[in-house]
Amino acid sequence: MQASENAVAPSLEAKAYCLRLYVAGKTPKSILAFTNLTRICEEHLLGRYEIEIIDLLENPQLAQGDQILALPTLVRRLPEPIKKIIGDLSNTERVLVGLDLRERR
Amino acid sequence: MQQKSDLALLANPALRYSLPKSPTGIRGLDEITLGGLPQGRPTLVCGGPGSGKTLLGLTFLVNGVLDFDEPGVLMTFEENAGEVASDVASLGFDLPHLISTQKLAVDYVRIERSEIEETGEYDLEGLFVRLDYAIRSVGARRVVLDTIESLFAGLKDQAILRAELRRLFRWLKDKGVTTVITGERGEGQLTKQGLEEYVSDAVILLDHRVLDQVSTRRLRVVKYRGSYHGTNEYPFLIDEAGISVLPVSSMALAHDAPLDRISAGIAHLDGMLGGKGFYRGSTILVSGAAGTGKTSLAAHFLDASCRRGERCLCFLFEESPQQLLRNMRSIGVDLEPWMTSGLLQFHADRPSRYGLETHLATMHQVVADFKPTVAVLDPVTNLMTVGTFADVQAMLTRMIDHLKTENITALLTSLTPGRTEVERTETSISSLMDTWIVLANDDLGGHHRRGLYVLKSRGMAHSNELREFVLTDHGLAIAANGDAHATAAGVGHRAQEGPEHHAGL
Repeated sequence: MQASENAVAPSLEAKAYCLRLYVAGKTPKSILAFTNLTRICEEHLLGRYEIEIIDLLENPQLAQGDQILALPTLVRRLPEPIKKIIGDLSNTERVLVGLDLRERR
Repeated sequence: MQQKSDLALLANPALRYSLPKSPTGIRGLDEITLGGLPQGRPTLVCGGPGSGKTLLGLTFLVNGVLDFDEPGVLMTFEENAGEVASDVASLGFDLPHLISTQKLAVDYVRIERSEIEETGEYDLEGLFVRLDYAIRSVGARRVVLDTIESLFAGLKDQAILRAELRRLFRWLKDKGVTTVITGERGEGQLTKQGLEEYVSDAVILLDHRVLDQVSTRRLRVVKYRGSYHGTNEYPFLIDEAGISVLPVSSMALAHDAPLDRISAGIAHLDGMLGGKGFYRGSTILVSGAAGTGKTSLAAHFLDASCRRGERCLCFLFEESPQQLLRNMRSIGVDLEPWMTSGLLQFHADRPSRYGLETHLATMHQVVADFKPTVAVLDPVTNLMTVGTFADVQAMLTRMIDHLKTENITALLTSLTPGRTEVERTETSISSLMDTWIVLANDDLGGHHRRGLYVLKSRGMAHSNELREFVLTDHGLAIAANGDAHATAAGVGHRAQEGPEHHAGL
């Protein structure tokens, strides 16, 4: 858990953050989650992230693999360890903590 | 008696088909619920740790596949598929086979609170997606959620969780799948999280108690909306054959009452019983103090029954079969040939070997396997060492019920402590008895004398005299009518001269 905000320099390896957002269709919550996520990434992980959207209505079989229950769920696949953040990501502070971009206080 | 009114209602056919039922295939449970769980609706099964909730759910699923052509889904929150499979492999459930043949889908839901951050609004749609996917993948008609309450430990927002569970149970109902939801027993309520609030169709409570180091499992249908059901606590068993709830038969209350009679094996005793002996399918109690000849009387009955070619089953709670054979040989009753020929089977068990429910289940099984027409239980009073008074009475009621339903003539012996002729034990079970024969000792007058009388015998004219009898080396011989001091007529020995055998007891 050494990744604090200061430790991550923008010049580091590109796409270091591999994120996956699970949703079920275009619901208000999933749209809000996606908007919040891209905003946070643009602000804090510019150029170092990729987001994969998985719509479980189309690919229900993918829910089991990442142990998805709640939706929306953001899964940080890289860097390890895997982290999960559930909800519409409206609390930026909590998202940053969940992504290990900020110390839990 | 609460139980009787229950049973009487259950026997009413008009109450039977009120609601479509999904049979569990669990012996006894389908009888109590008049056909199974409410079809297409959720049933809550709650109980403490180790009470058999998961096993009940799995049995419901596996029987659904094997016996009722209904594929199933197991969503487990506590163990992964491999662990579940190995847990039930010993019961002969081959889960991997059912999974590979697409009859069963297992989804292990694991939620680790430390890995999860919660921010903003969410729902449990992911759970719905998974369940829906699993149901569609096998065409499931049955679903088991074991134990969904684990979610409460994994998610912080309890309000969302409760709302979503309510939605889930509604959704399952709309899907029309018959669902078993297991829940851990909570303090002051049926489940820790009060799931009974959400599942209002049927609730089954499992209980596992250990009293005096004897374990007893009980099952109770707390609630069954739209259907009548047995409301008593029913003992149930988990053994190598899986779950069974006991007894099946007591729900019926429709015993035949045959008119044909069978000999007690002693001519004079038949004479005292209206001249023809016992009614077939009736229950006979033989009570008396130690050494009064109860087992001897039972041996005569067995011998005579075997002579007629009837299959006889003898439960021994005190002696070994060899002891009994030896003792009975000494009064000229040789049962060994019947044992050899297979007409007579002994089943000897120390009462303390296991709890009453297990005794009851074992007896059920032995009866089902051997299919006797005559049964002897000697002596039932020994069961008092493993249960309370009420428990033994309940157990005997169920056993007698079962024997009656099977039209098996049963003779039970009961040891009366001390000199009192009629003790509490007998009084408590005597109402179940059709015929009651009391044996008594009398040391007055300088020598040991034995007496016998028929205290009651339903549905027949019977003698109410006390008759003296002796145990000779060719059997138990009852004195002639009317004279308690007379010698044993028809037997070559006078009572005073004949060898006194304290056979059996």
